[in-house]
Amino acid sequence: MTTEKKSSVKSELNKVPFATRVRPYCIVAPSLIITIGIMVPFAMAIWYSLTNYSFKLPSHKFIGISNWVSMLGDESFWGAVKISLLYGVISTVLEMVIGLGVAVLLNNLNNGLSKVLRVLLVFPLMVAPVTATIVWQLMLNSSVGIVEKLLNIFGVYNFPWAAAPETALMTVILIDVWINTAFIILLVLAGLQSLPKSPFESAKIDGGSAWFNFTNLTLPMLKPSLYIALLFRFMAALQEYAVIFALTKGGPGDSLMSLSLTAYQKGFKFQKFGAAIPFILVLWLIINIAAKRIVNLQRSAQKQAAGLEE
Amino acid sequence: MRKVLALTMAAAMVAGTLAGCGGSAPAPAADNAAAPAAEAAAPAADAAAAPAAEASGDFDWKKFDGEEITVLFSEHTYADAVEEKLGEFTEKTGIKVNYSSMPEGNYFEKLNVELSSHSGSIDVFMTGAYQSWEYATAGNLEPLENFIGTDLTSPEWKYDDFIPAVIDALKWDCVPGHSVGTGSQWALPMGWEVNILTYNKKILEANGIQPPKTAEELLEASKKLKEFDGSGTYGLAVRGLPDWGTIHPAYMSMYSTWGAKDFEIEDGKLVSKVNSPEAVAMTEYWVDLVKNGGAPQWATYGWEMCGADLGAGKAAMMWDADRGGYTQNTPGSSNEAGNMAFGMVPYPEKAGKTAADMKSNLWVWSMAMNADSAKKEAAWYFMQYFTSPEFMLWSGVEKACTDTPRTSVLNSDAYKQSVANAEGYYEAFSTISKNASIFFTAQPYFTETTTEWAKTLQDLVTTNKYSSVQEAMDQLKVTMDELVSDLGVE
Repeated sequence: MTTEKKSSVKSELNKVPFATRVRPYCIVAPSLIITIGIMVPFAMAIWYSLTNYSFKLPSHKFIGISNWVSMLGDESFWGAVKISLLYGVISTVLEMVIGLGVAVLLNNLNNGLSKVLRVLLVFPLMVAPVTATIVWQLMLNSSVGIVEKLLNIFGVYNFPWAAAPETALMTVILIDVWINTAFIILLVLAGLQSLPKSPFESAKIDGGSAWFNFTNLTLPMLKPSLYIALLFRFMAALQEYAVIFALTKGGPGDSLMSLSLTAYQKGFKFQKFGAAIPFILVLWLIINIAAKRIVNLQRSAQKQAAGLEE
Repeated sequence: MRKVLALTMAAAMVAGTLAGCGGSAPAPAADNAAAPAAEAAAPAADAAAAPAAEASGDFDWKKFDGEEITVLFSEHTYADAVEEKLGEFTEKTGIKVNYSSMPEGNYFEKLNVELSSHSGSIDVFMTGAYQSWEYATAGNLEPLENFIGTDLTSPEWKYDDFIPAVIDALKWDCVPGHSVGTGSQWALPMGWEVNILTYNKKILEANGIQPPKTAEELLEASKKLKEFDGSGTYGLAVRGLPDWGTIHPAYMSMYSTWGAKDFEIEDGKLVSKVNSPEAVAMTEYWVDLVKNGGAPQWATYGWEMCGADLGAGKAAMMWDADRGGYTQNTPGSSNEAGNMAFGMVPYPEKAGKTAADMKSNLWVWSMAMNADSAKKEAAWYFMQYFTSPEFMLWSGVEKACTDTPRTSVLNSDAYKQSVANAEGYYEAFSTISKNASIFFTAQPYFTETTTEWAKTLQDLVTTNKYSSVQEAMDQLKVTMDELVSDLGVE
C-alpha cells in the first residue's frame, strides 16, 4: 500500500513540467555560484594565512597561527591599523560634509549654473586615482608646482606636503577628497531630488527658516541616502591603496603604510603571501564590522523616514 | 585534484631550482668575476658590428619559423629599441612576438605574479641583476648556458664580446653571500648604468662653483646652491622613495667608496654591517647632504623626478644613473639640454680616500628566460638577436642606448662620435667603468633588506625618530639580520 502511494506521488510529480520543477534551482543557482565564488577564495585566504606560502619557496607548509602571532607582535601592524582608520575616518567625514554642502547648494540653485557645475564636479571621478595623484604630485611640487606658487604669495615656501611624516597623511587625504567628494555629491543630489515637496511647502507656509527646514526636514529624510553614501565611501577609504602608493609608496618611513599597502608590500614585493594575508583579513574584519553598523543605521533611518519608527 | 596539482607544481619548482642552482653546468666563460669593466677596453673590434646577415654563415635563423613567443618588458629606452626592430626579427626568423611593456613603477610586482604562477605565460622578460637573485633561487630562470655555445647560437653573437664585469653581474651560484660572477648565467645584459654626477655647467658657473670632485666639495656646493634661483631650486637631486631604488644608485656608490659593506659572512651566517664605523660616517654625511642640499620633497623622489628637476634647471646637479643625465642633455629633451656635463664619483677625502677608490654601483637591465617557457628555443633566438653586436651598435648609436654592454660597440668610432657632444660623458663612463661592480651582497631577500634601509634613511632625514645615525643603523642592522636569518650560506 505504502509503495503504491509513493509511486502515485512520484507519478503526480512527474506530471509537473520539467521546466517548472527546476525553476527554483535556476533562481537560486546564480546567487549560490556567486556565494561559492566569494567563499572559496576567502576560505583559501584563511588557509594560506596559516601557511608559509611564498613565491620564493617551492612549496608551502602549515605553520599554525605563527603569521598571526608575528603580525600582532609587530609594531608596524598597529601603525597600519591606525593609518587605515585615520585615513578612512578623516577622508570620509570631510567628503560627507563637503559633499552634502555642495549638493544642497546645487539643489537649491537649480539654474543653468548648477547644471554646468553638476557636470564639472563629476570630472574628478572620471580620472583614475593614480592619474589624479600624479597630477597632484606635480601641482604640489616645490620647484614647479602651481600650489607652491600660490602659497608663495602668502609667504609660505617649500611646504613639504607628502615629503614629511607630519603632513603626508593630510596630503593624501586632500587628494582623496578631491577625487571622491563628487561621488557623495551625486548620491546626495539624487537623494535630495527624490524628497517629497509637500513637507517643505507646509514649512514655507508656516514660516520655517532655511536652517529649520534643513535640520528638521531635509536631514532626517535624507538620512537613508547619506548612510548609503557613507557606507560606500567609508569601505573604499579603509581599503585605499592607489593614492598612497602613487604619491609616496607608503613613506616617508612607515608614515603612510596602511593595512592595504603593508599587505601589498609583503605579498607582491616581498613575495610572502602567508605573512601578508592576515593584514588583509584584519582589514576585512574592520570593514565588515563598520559596514554592518552602517547598514543597521541605514535601515533604522529608512523606517524613521517612512514614519514606521520614532 | 588539488593535491596532485600542488605536488606537480612543487615537483616542477624543486626540479627547476635544483637544475638552476645546484646544477653542474659549466659557466660559459672564464671565471672573471672580479675583472673590472675596464678590461672591456680590449679592442674587440668594430668587425663585430658587421651585418649579421652577411656573416651568419650557415646558421639557420628560420629553424623555429611559425612559433610564437610572449615578451614582457619594462618601459625603457632599451625596450623601445627592441620594439622598433620586432618586425625585422619576425621577418628574419619567422617567430611571432607578442610584446607588451609597462611602466617601471609596478613592473616587478606584475612580473612576480606572472613568474610565480609557473604558467609559462611569458617567455622572455626584462630584469635586473638584483632581482635575478630572487628569481633564480625560486627556480623562475632558465640557465642560459643551456643555449650559449650550442648550435642554437649564431657564431656572430660572440659571448666574449660582452664587457666582463657586466656579463658577470648576471652570473651567480645561488649561494647567499657568494659574489656574483660564478655559477649559472641567468640573464643577458641589454644595457648597464654607472652612477655618476651630472651637473649643469651653466648654473655652476653662474654661482662660481667648480664641478665637485670630492665628497666634501659636493656637500659644500650643494649647500651653497640651496635656492640658487629662488624657492624650490636646490643643489643635488638624488632618489628618496622607500624602496631599493633609493639605495642602489648614488647612496650605494658613495657607501662603497667610503669602504662600507652591506653584509659579511660570519660563522656561516650573513651578518649586516650597516652599523660599521664607515657605514655610519657615510650615512651621517648623506643625511647632511640630503637635508641641506637635496630636494625639499626628497622623500617622494624617484629617478623620474630627479631627472625632471635637472632638466628643468631646478636642480643644479644630479647623482644618479649616467643615462638619466644623458637623456636630459640630448637636444630638445629638456629646458637645460646642452648645459649638462658629467663628473665622476665624489670620494671622501677626509676619510682618506682618493680618486683611485671611486666605486660606482652597477645596474644592469637585462633579459632573462622564464624556466616555465614552453618555447625556450624560440625565446633564445629572440634573446640572441636583441643582444647581438649588430643590434647593440644600432641601438647604441641611433637609439640613445649609450650604456652598451658590448666591447665592440664601446670601441667603435660610430659610438664615440654619437656620445661626443655630451661633455665628459665618454671619459666618465669609461673611467668609472674600471671600478664599477655590484656592491650589494647577492642574497634572495634583497628587496626587503633595501626597503628597510631606504625607510631608515627617510626616517633620518624627515623625522627625529632616532637620536643619532648610529642608533638608526644599529636598529637597521638588527632588522636586516632578522630578515636574512633563515639563509644558509654554505
